[in-house]
Amino acid sequence: MRFLAIAILAAVMLASLFAPRLAPYAYDAQFRETPNAPASRIFPMGTDDIGRDRFSRLLYGTRVSILLAPAAACVSIVLALLISVPAASRVPGVGLAVSGLTTICLSLPWLFLFIILRAKLPLNTDPSTSVLLTFGLMGVAGWAWPARVFAAAIREIRQSGWLLQAQAAGIPPWRIALLYGLPHLRSIAAAQFRVLVPAYILSEASLGLLGLGVSDPMPSWGNLLQDLQHPDIVRANPWILAPLALLVIVMICLELLQSPPEASL
Amino acid sequence: MKLRSFCLLAVMTALAAPPVPRELRFVIPGDPRSFDPLHIEESESETVKYLTAGVLVRVNRATDKLEPELAESWTLTDAGRTLTFHLRPGLRFSDGTSFTAADVARSLTRALDPKEASPAGDTIRSAEGIPEIRVVSPQVITLRYKVPKPGLDRLFDGIGIGPSTPPAAGKLPASAGPFFVAEYKRGEFVRLRRNPNYWKHDSAGHPLPYLDSIRLDIQQNRDIEMTRFLRGELHLINRVSPDSFARLKEQRPTAARNLGASLDSEFLWFNQAPVRTLPDWKRAWFTSAAFRHAISRAIHRQDIVRIVFGGNAHIAAGPISTANTFWFNKALPPLPTDAAASLKLLVSDGFTLTGGVLKDRAGHPVEFSLITNSGNRPRERMAQLVQSDLAKLGIKVNFVPLEFGSLIERIGKTGDYEAALLGFNNVEPDPLEEKNVWLSSGAQHPWWPSQKSPATPWEARIDELELRQATEGSREARRKAMDEFQKIVVDQEPVIYLVNPDYLCAIAPSVKGSNPVPSPPPVLWNIEWLRLE
Repeated sequence: MRFLAIAILAAVMLASLFAPRLAPYAYDAQFRETPNAPASRIFPMGTDDIGRDRFSRLLYGTRVSILLAPAAACVSIVLALLISVPAASRVPGVGLAVSGLTTICLSLPWLFLFIILRAKLPLNTDPSTSVLLTFGLMGVAGWAWPARVFAAAIREIRQSGWLLQAQAAGIPPWRIALLYGLPHLRSIAAAQFRVLVPAYILSEASLGLLGLGVSDPMPSWGNLLQDLQHPDIVRANPWILAPLALLVIVMICLELLQSPPEASL
Repeated sequence: MKLRSFCLLAVMTALAAPPVPRELRFVIPGDPRSFDPLHIEESESETVKYLTAGVLVRVNRATDKLEPELAESWTLTDAGRTLTFHLRPGLRFSDGTSFTAADVARSLTRALDPKEASPAGDTIRSAEGIPEIRVVSPQVITLRYKVPKPGLDRLFDGIGIGPSTPPAAGKLPASAGPFFVAEYKRGEFVRLRRNPNYWKHDSAGHPLPYLDSIRLDIQQNRDIEMTRFLRGELHLINRVSPDSFARLKEQRPTAARNLGASLDSEFLWFNQAPVRTLPDWKRAWFTSAAFRHAISRAIHRQDIVRIVFGGNAHIAAGPISTANTFWFNKALPPLPTDAAASLKLLVSDGFTLTGGVLKDRAGHPVEFSLITNSGNRPRERMAQLVQSDLAKLGIKVNFVPLEFGSLIERIGKTGDYEAALLGFNNVEPDPLEEKNVWLSSGAQHPWWPSQKSPATPWEARIDELELRQATEGSREARRKAMDEFQKIVVDQEPVIYLVNPDYLCAIAPSVKGSNPVPSPPPVLWNIEWLRLE
């Protein structure tokens, strides 16, 4: 199963990287005589409501989402790890301060921050800059939830028997952290990654409403998924579900990759 | 014996059961903010007001003629300065109290009181001050203005008259219209009941309205509204989006009604204001009529009609919709689409197309941002089509959908934008209220608001014509001014008009007596005559 997961992920990555060669049309080419066309040999997944080929747009959209959403999730997790380590510190007040910072960060109205960001950005911002900024900001803004989980896990480690034994055995702290602590946190990081990736893909779609994120005509899974808000269109052309199906498949593959080999059997 | 007993029981039950209530059901998207007819600021309250508030005169939405309502006659004398209403005898509010000229005087005095800040008062106030109101008798009231006010009598179609005594705390107000507000549950529904004292009768002498009650369900989601209509839970939808209309036509073709072009228009314009954020070289493009004409001619409006509106729109011919039969200048030619002519115009204006990129005289590539309100699917689609059409001329359009608040801030306050695509939902055919949009000094003037003096001779002429149409007493003289105004707007294209969307609505076959028209309220305007079968 792990092999299958690797093969599928590799296929998706390659298909997205070679989108300019594989896609039959440019992602912004409008075939105005055939809007909302069903799947056919000319348009393998049909066309959208202004006549753009859905298959080509899915290939190009996968490039953006499959690279940037995991990258943003990694940024959040690294930040969360760096911030949560002091939270478990024995120095009086440090844990409390970090915990307070996390709570403040969780209660901040991030939506307004994004609105302010949009207001400050020039309207003629290059689409790729806008995309990178959006995912970058999501990555930076999303550290608080994983940090809270990491802090709890680190506190638990500090009270564990094996840590006491290791300390009693005279193993230096850096060695304990690197060889024993980090592997212990790996499964938590993997779980957080699985939560953050789809969350960021869907958030990117919502941010489109603020004029941030991936702006039309550039496609992404997020803006392709916006069509799902219209059940009539889905009934007429089930290929609209393709980005959702791809998202689910990729998430299952990531899950399989992160599970221990025996669990995937 | 058993069968006979059963039949008897069935007949008795049928006789004992209450009659099927003649309750019309439809949806409004939010809670009405006010039931006071003088404080109406949004469409939900406007709908309730239309159905409940008594008015002195009513514009017949089908014929555009002014008809008597609570006033059985009226006269305009003293060269249009004095308006006298003669009320019908024996009028009563829904609670049984008498309706007299004193009630009219109190409502008008309240509306005109600056402390009340009533939108209704703004429509009947004159630039030279408020009119003198005099109750001549319990059935006659006179308003005297210092100068003639154009279209004065028609303005009273929108002035709801309430009782002199305000309702007790927690009570709903009585009304003199066909219905009164009987029940209101915030976030759920408003129920209107038939006004038993309404004056109107049909030719057979039956009291109107025919309906017993109306339930206005409060429901924001338009998809749910359509689903409920298709399930038979609602009798009508006052305005259907082009997307939902396709679904309606497929599932309930007999209920789908295209009423023709509406008074609304969709358009785009360039920012011509001298703001810091707009470079001079870009402003030079936007202030060039040749550039604006070239953009206008490059846009395939027919594709917008077909793709964005599913064929349910008409190509716009100018600032006034073709549906506005009295005010539209019929001499205006249709707006042309001609990409080759467009490029020629740009070349004649100093632009060059090299390597697929259009550049101005100084070598700046032609690129601008186009903003619209995010979440508005038709506008987003229109912007994408415009973006693609202009790309063929080597023009790069950065389409940025913005949250509505940010959009208004940029357009109305900071001026930090280059081009905008928006629409205008027009309720009133008379262009009087649009004066503030077109006067160069107006705060809502789209391409350069609040100008100290008109920037160009043609803008100065628009100002003159707008002021003329707002002060002339004669409707014909006003129309002449508006004809010239429309010609200037089309000749200069400070606003590039795209389409007039059709008015689409849904009416269940069980609703009888409707005569829908393409202006609000399309189905409810003759509410007294609607029946349910």
